[in-house]
Amino acid sequence: MESAAQIRERLVAAFPGASVEVVVNPGPAAQDSLLLGPDRARAIAEFLRDDPVLRLDFCSNVTGVDWPAREARPGCLEVVYHLYSMARKHGPVILRQRTADRADQVSVPSLTPVWRSCEFQEREVFDLFGVVFPGHPDLRRILMWDGFKDHPLRKDYVEPDDYEWEPTAHGEVLAKARRHQAAAGEGPGP
Amino acid sequence: MSLSPSPLFSAPGPQVRAVSDEFHGDLLEVSMGPHHPSTHGVFRMMATLDGETVVKLKPVFGYLHRNHEKIGEGTSYLGSMPYTDRLDYLCSMTNNWAYALAVESLSGQAVPERAQYLRVILAELTRLLNHTCLAGFLLQDCGASGTPLMYAFREREKILDLFESLSGSRMMCNYQRFGGCRTDAPPGWLEAAAALVGGYGAFLDEYEALLTGNEILMARTQGVGRLPAALAISAGVTGPMLRAAGVDYDLRKVDGYGFYPRFEFRVPLGAHGDTYDRYMVRVLEMRESIGILQQALRGIPAGPIMDPKARLRGFRAKPGEAYGRIEGPKGEIGFFLISEGGPNPYRYRVRPPSFINLTILEDLCLGHSIADTVVILGSIDIVLGEVDR
Repeated sequence: MESAAQIRERLVAAFPGASVEVVVNPGPAAQDSLLLGPDRARAIAEFLRDDPVLRLDFCSNVTGVDWPAREARPGCLEVVYHLYSMARKHGPVILRQRTADRADQVSVPSLTPVWRSCEFQEREVFDLFGVVFPGHPDLRRILMWDGFKDHPLRKDYVEPDDYEWEPTAHGEVLAKARRHQAAAGEGPGP
Repeated sequence: MSLSPSPLFSAPGPQVRAVSDEFHGDLLEVSMGPHHPSTHGVFRMMATLDGETVVKLKPVFGYLHRNHEKIGEGTSYLGSMPYTDRLDYLCSMTNNWAYALAVESLSGQAVPERAQYLRVILAELTRLLNHTCLAGFLLQDCGASGTPLMYAFREREKILDLFESLSGSRMMCNYQRFGGCRTDAPPGWLEAAAALVGGYGAFLDEYEALLTGNEILMARTQGVGRLPAALAISAGVTGPMLRAAGVDYDLRKVDGYGFYPRFEFRVPLGAHGDTYDRYMVRVLEMRESIGILQQALRGIPAGPIMDPKARLRGFRAKPGEAYGRIEGPKGEIGFFLISEGGPNPYRYRVRPPSFINLTILEDLCLGHSIADTVVILGSIDIVLGEVDR
């Protein structure tokens, strides 16, 4: 199968002006990936699915990654797609899409119209990471309940302190229980 | 006559589809589950019915959600291994293997030959027990109360005895490690496994005599829940469900992970993609598994079961990422790991086959009666520990 760099060359030739970068994986698995810009992502995905050489008809895995801001790197949310070909029996080709930031520009185009298997998995990324997928037919929370706020798989997620619980006799747990009870206006337990 | 949904349900009304010009009544929304015996756990289907016919069906997930992935990011690589047992709790051995494979490809570790053979043996035993249980549950869902399920559980118990004598636990085996396996097979274990495998064909014959030609089973499953191959591929359906739709895609052949290229076996395919094919493909897969097990039990060499250079405690992987996947009994189970060089994975993702196989549940059920949804769901083979994670 073609390497990520070769696929990138063909994509740049087929989609002039589209943003496609190779993200090198330094580990022993050496599964490099292609970072797509938002403008042509849907068209590129359709090209990869229908291209007679690649025939990436099977989108196996869709997931999110949270990258909070660090020195020299602005924060973003990333969506990773693992593509394989059932017709040609090769893969993976890995696609990535990144949001502009982690606060209010958190949209990347949905690939559910290209591969149906993204339907539930993009809903899960929406639910747990807060990435919005314009073009998704049914974007709702899937694992958490509808009234839930926040996105648990983000790195800066803080557990809510709103449940009933019985503190166990560990120092940190008791300290948390005291904070919780003070905030809830309850006296310390017996 | 009005086609609007019943005022009893204040939820936004379903999109109404006229089924016939004359004989139609109000649509009825039925919430099947989360506490319903046919859902195999806490799973809910919001079904909209016209008479008994399903016109809309939306699955509702999350009753067993505990954010497995967040917990995996908060613990060491080794610490997640016992937790993978709890994903698909019928198939802990294959979950362990998929996770071990992902970590091995993240770190570039090798696995000794004997451990590879043990992994194949355990994975195929897991496939036997999973498919046997599935057939039992499917018949239970058809209303054959007791007998088929108890026959299945009798055989499953024999396999669980083998797992227990090897790993110390029947279901939560926590047996595989990155770089090999945790313990070697005790004396006599391989002989006991060979005896069980030798008798399994006879059990399948008996089971099939009871079921395969059974008129009621055929009436309930043939032509029910037909899955076209193109939809199966697009929806990412994997495992026996995909092969029942006629798509030749088995990761044991395609990826050739472990030592599977050393074994001879065939990949059974269905011709219709209906529920009966899904049952039949699993039965045929069990027969192939018996063949693989006999070859593996004959060929297993002596030797170490762990890579001597492997470190389990204090394991750190070089920065990078890896996606490892295997052919689990329910489909492709994969783990996606990103390492930043620390003791914990930066990102730990499970690709749950039964969750993704549920994508097409509504497509399969539309137009069938509500009783058929129970059979269709049973043939998809889900475990909620894995669906909700």
